[in-house]
Amino acid sequence: MAINIKNLPRKKFVLPGNAACPGCPESMGLRYVGMALGEKAILVIPAGCTSVIQGLAPGSGLGFPIVNVPFASSDAVAAGLAAAKEVVGEDAVIVVWAGDGGTADIGFATLSGAAERGDNVIHICADNEAYMNTGIQRSSLTPFGAWTTTTWTGKRERKKDVPLIMLMHRIPYVATASIAYPTDFIEKLRKAASIKGFKYIHLHAPCPVGWRFDPAKTVTVAKLAVQTGMWILFEAENGRIRLSPPSKPYADKSRRKSLEEYLKLQGRFKGITEEGIRALEKMVDENWETLLKLIEATS
Amino acid sequence: MAVRPLTGNYAVAWGARLSRVKVVAAYPITPQTTIVEKLAQFIESGEMDAKMIRVESEHSALAATFGAAAGGVRAFTATSSHGLMYMHEMLWWTAGARIPVVMAVATRTMGPPWNIWTDHSDIMGQRDTGWLVMMAEHNQEVLDMTIQMFKITEDPRVFLPGIVGLDAFILSHTTEPVDIPEQELVDSFLPPRRQPYVFKAGDPLIMGNIPSSLEENMKMRWDIHRSMEEAKKVIQKVDAEWERLTGRGYGGLTECYRCSDAQYLVAGIGAWVGDMREAVDYLREEFGVKIGVLKVRFVRPFPREDILKWASSVKAIAVFDRSVSPGSAGPLFLDIAAHLMASGTMLPIKDLLAGLTGVDVTYEDIANALLRFVSEVEEMGTVKQPIEWYFGR
Ligand SMILES: Cc1ncc(C[n+]2csc(CCOP(=O)(O)OP(=O)(O)O)c2C)c(N)n1
Ligand code: SF4
Repeated sequence: MAINIKNLPRKKFVLPGNAACPGCPESMGLRYVGMALGEKAILVIPAGCTSVIQGLAPGSGLGFPIVNVPFASSDAVAAGLAAAKEVVGEDAVIVVWAGDGGTADIGFATLSGAAERGDNVIHICADNEAYMNTGIQRSSLTPFGAWTTTTWTGKRERKKDVPLIMLMHRIPYVATASIAYPTDFIEKLRKAASIKGFKYIHLHAPCPVGWRFDPAKTVTVAKLAVQTGMWILFEAENGRIRLSPPSKPYADKSRRKSLEEYLKLQGRFKGITEEGIRALEKMVDENWETLLKLIEATS
Repeated sequence: MAVRPLTGNYAVAWGARLSRVKVVAAYPITPQTTIVEKLAQFIESGEMDAKMIRVESEHSALAATFGAAAGGVRAFTATSSHGLMYMHEMLWWTAGARIPVVMAVATRTMGPPWNIWTDHSDIMGQRDTGWLVMMAEHNQEVLDMTIQMFKITEDPRVFLPGIVGLDAFILSHTTEPVDIPEQELVDSFLPPRRQPYVFKAGDPLIMGNIPSSLEENMKMRWDIHRSMEEAKKVIQKVDAEWERLTGRGYGGLTECYRCSDAQYLVAGIGAWVGDMREAVDYLREEFGVKIGVLKVRFVRPFPREDILKWASSVKAIAVFDRSVSPGSAGPLFLDIAAHLMASGTMLPIKDLLAGLTGVDVTYEDIANALLRFVSEVEEMGTVKQPIEWYFGR
């Protein structure tokens, strides 16, 4: 099952003429979706950065069939589309590609509904940790301490743990991924596509514009999120959780890089206090503790 | 054909079943609920070959219906009142995407307070979305129009979604004898599904991304408007064809009852048109008033030409509205008045705002209000109060 970048399809799904910012993590993610699913994918996309990235109609900067849909509607549209494809017997992979807002906030009831019903859909949450399309407002997935245009002194609440919430929907497949680990993401996408029912993949997507870092460093920042333990890569097939290889070393706290290394690259954490950093660290530890216990409990 | 006692809601369910709908998505709300319950039963018993998506909200109900239809199959949903308002965003999206679907709306008033009785606030609130909107008078018309609406909306000259409206309880939960056509008859009437495009794997079609030209975008709105105009012809034709097959035609966009010699008209939509017929019979017999009923079947497209024709030979028109745009007037009145005036037809027209929030309106109420209207016009040649709230006698 190991994926080698050399054997991946050459066909490009993210095309010249797309309107992504330099260093955009969402366009990287979309490229990997193309590599993983190729011609099989039909994308359902709610409002968000990718509405813009596609470029201007009647053209398109993406090579997928794309149904753009209202912000809160994506998983329901995908459910209908999947039902139609089952009726006509067409072999298509229906993919929702939504931001953290479209997933965890306004789209959350719709997501939960489709997951509970087991609609044959892959939901990818492209998590850039704020509403970027409307100008960097906080979402429920913005981390504690981060500046946004609606949290000028840093967000006071912690990030909602959507992958675990999805796990508790008892769907057949839940995974986290990062744009810094394409083969891991592609493997997870392919696995998800081979499973019938509702699949959830949460893709960590550091955004240079909203997080205030050098656009050349998108992958560096994304990697650091994993290496500091801020973002944990795992997958759960039928409820059995496994750490993914890139995150394995960091189950051991002593091997994690210091959080400051991750935070200092990002302007959004400029104002965070020493106390704030300790609080964030504690949250990271708690997240690991919960996950490791869950791994033990489900293995 | 078999005549059976059916509620309006079961008539809708039969209409969807006979139209060979492939995907149903809906969320319960009184008074629509028994439509989906019946469809679920049809599907689970195997009498209907379709999938049911039991969504978690009305926004998702129309989203899933849209998704299925955009994926290439005939799809159906139904709702009422708060559910319809909750869907409102998706109504715009479905029409703007030019994806034909059919929805039944068991019309119900809006809260607060919580109130399940009929008025037309919900359905009239969707006039600007680009959906065809019609209201039925009785349960046979409900069934017939559910089937007709698929044919109308899937006609390439139209390619827009459509609503079949039926009044809460007065139709939705009232049993009437309904002739259920044979499946073969409906099959011969309703061609396989047609739609402007279908999303398919491997075909990089894109819908809804940001327009490069706002003029082109505006032309898309214009095109919906033009298709609405075209839809008028299609509605007539489809209705005439249905009449040939079943003996039941409804006059297309409007029907005028006892209008040939009428000096006055009363206009309305929905179930109380039946009461208007009775009121008119009564006024003719008891008072010798030459009055007819203008049954407006389609609210969108608005039957401007029909109304001008019927209005050309009368002295005055009374319009019954079961909803209001507070600060202005009833929506049916506004449409009729505007189109008459724009074509240079100047005659006294009165808006009677009645039956809102479900207040019962009998044929006597209607006759009473009309009698006052007629004497007002006879005495003064005009109406004193063009917009009048009628709370009952
Ligand atoms: C119903 C509705 N409310 C608000 C908006 C405005 N809006 C468009 S995109 C967006 C934020 C998107 O954020 P997210 O889902 O995180 O995606 P991103 O832009 O970060 O990719 C908002 C608030 C909308 N389109 N629809
Ligand atoms: S704001 Fe961020 S996520 Fe959005 S297009 Fe720009 S780089 Fe990509």
